[in-house]
Amino acid sequence: MVENNRWGNFFAHVVLILGVAIIVFPVYVAIIASTHPPGTFVRGVMPLWPGTHAWENYTTAITEGRSRAGTPPIGGMMWNSFVMAMAITIGKLSISILSAFAIVYFRFPFRIFFFWIIFLTLMLPVEVRIVPTFQVVADFGMLNSFAGLSIPLIASATATFLFRQFFMTVPEELMEAARVDGAGPMKFFKDILLPLSITNIAALFVIMFIYGWNQYLWPLLITTDPDYYTIVMGIQRMVTGGDSEPLWHLVMATVVLAALPPVLVILFMQRLFVKGLTETEK
Amino acid sequence: MQTKRMTFTGSWLPYALLAPQVIITLIFFIWPSFQALRQSVYRQGDAFGIRPDTFVWFDNFRAIFADPLYLNSLKVTAVFAVGTTLLSMSVALLLAVMVNRMIHSRDSYTTFLVWPYAIAPAIAGVLWWFIFNPSIGIMPYMLDMVGYDWNHRRDSNDAMIMVIIASAWRQISYNFLFFLAGLQSIPHSLIEAAAIDGAGRMKRFWTIVFPLLSPITFFLMVINIVYAMFDTFGVIHATTEGGPAQATNILVYKVYRDGFVNLNFGSSAAQSVVLMAIVIVLTVIQFRYIERRVNY
Repeated sequence: MVENNRWGNFFAHVVLILGVAIIVFPVYVAIIASTHPPGTFVRGVMPLWPGTHAWENYTTAITEGRSRAGTPPIGGMMWNSFVMAMAITIGKLSISILSAFAIVYFRFPFRIFFFWIIFLTLMLPVEVRIVPTFQVVADFGMLNSFAGLSIPLIASATATFLFRQFFMTVPEELMEAARVDGAGPMKFFKDILLPLSITNIAALFVIMFIYGWNQYLWPLLITTDPDYYTIVMGIQRMVTGGDSEPLWHLVMATVVLAALPPVLVILFMQRLFVKGLTETEK
Repeated sequence: MQTKRMTFTGSWLPYALLAPQVIITLIFFIWPSFQALRQSVYRQGDAFGIRPDTFVWFDNFRAIFADPLYLNSLKVTAVFAVGTTLLSMSVALLLAVMVNRMIHSRDSYTTFLVWPYAIAPAIAGVLWWFIFNPSIGIMPYMLDMVGYDWNHRRDSNDAMIMVIIASAWRQISYNFLFFLAGLQSIPHSLIEAAAIDGAGRMKRFWTIVFPLLSPITFFLMVINIVYAMFDTFGVIHATTEGGPAQATNILVYKVYRDGFVNLNFGSSAAQSVVLMAIVIVLTVIQFRYIERRVNY
């Protein structure tokens, strides 16, 4: 039996509590800063205890933002982020599950070729082909639109691979039974495969939603109209838009609001999140 | 490649099912990449079409590799990627080993450690930028007490340390989850056998646990390097903007600046092609490793 020493455990707890403290600290500071009036940040050191201006700061951020510096109110930006994240998530899930179904359950010419085309998306992230992708989207007239924000990002090799992997584990007998009963491929897909895939879909949903919400470079490139700014990229406008020091109380209120939806998703769906993360990336 | 033993028949249906994904991939992935390849061997003509694009072979590549700014960016990226990977992986491993000892509190610690994954790199950057703010930040205030004058607006090293911390902070959660899963899959009997033979805790860790974790460590190394090279654009763009004096000008940020701000398309395309080559190499390494692990 491995020894169980009291001091070792105590030491482990100390390390963990310190670790958690360091991990939580930046967000704690942000929450605190968002409750103080603007004057607090003029000189001295940043506050570490809550202030009294939480309500004013958050209502200002949500309804006004920094309109004079060209940043729209946070409320609208959060809505844009939400629409973009949902469009990316649902788009990715639907096209991936369909193509995985085609690749696993059919045999047809050029199957391997199509598989490789999908695989290539892994090797060509947007970051390495910024300018030409922008030009394509501009040629389609998709700048400043939700279609432009989401469609170019919904091709996903990882989701397709995960569904393929999962379909390979579905017992052959299910399909044979369905065929004996006279069900066509789409009926089999809808009534048998889709219900079986629910957990996988949910796990991917969590990962993809976070991915979509946190997009930064892409919205930065294709939105010039503040009506389409998303909150994550909007923060950058808030910290650099203007010559003076950023308005920290508003910036930090925005940071908290921008981080809240994906953090809540992880906290409430931790099990699905862990499943999605460990299965998509390996 | 495998299919089911028995498959459906349908002449057009599989193509229709694949169509949405393949069309999007062709239009928004393959075509732009092809354009980047093409632009990388041309010199851009003027906007009025009087002087057309000219084919210049590898001049753009020769130009970027002769450019001290590009070489500097390569060096900066290497330091940044190695720093971020080492920092986030070592902290994550330490935390995972400690959490793995716990029985009752394992899940609650895990909950506290996983959520930073949800925070966008750009936001992580802004958070640490605030903490390190030279005039009001808490860190410069504390560093001042030990006599260090922190200023990431002037000092290159300070700026680099700040972006490494911000990028690594968010990635700890990810590495932690994978290390914890790895630790839990190590058979307990091995550890007990070593304990009976009189190996202490440290010895058991370095001779049994750490070698058994090496496949996961290697996998995470590749993933973290990819993360540091490509996903940290937001950290740089929202905080240092590549400065001071190019000290945090990583490759992805430089491609963006040269293409969108300086409108130097030939050079930007050549840089894109270099980045593509890097991603392809990293992806191949990652997949070869996965195949080996599955066939173990």
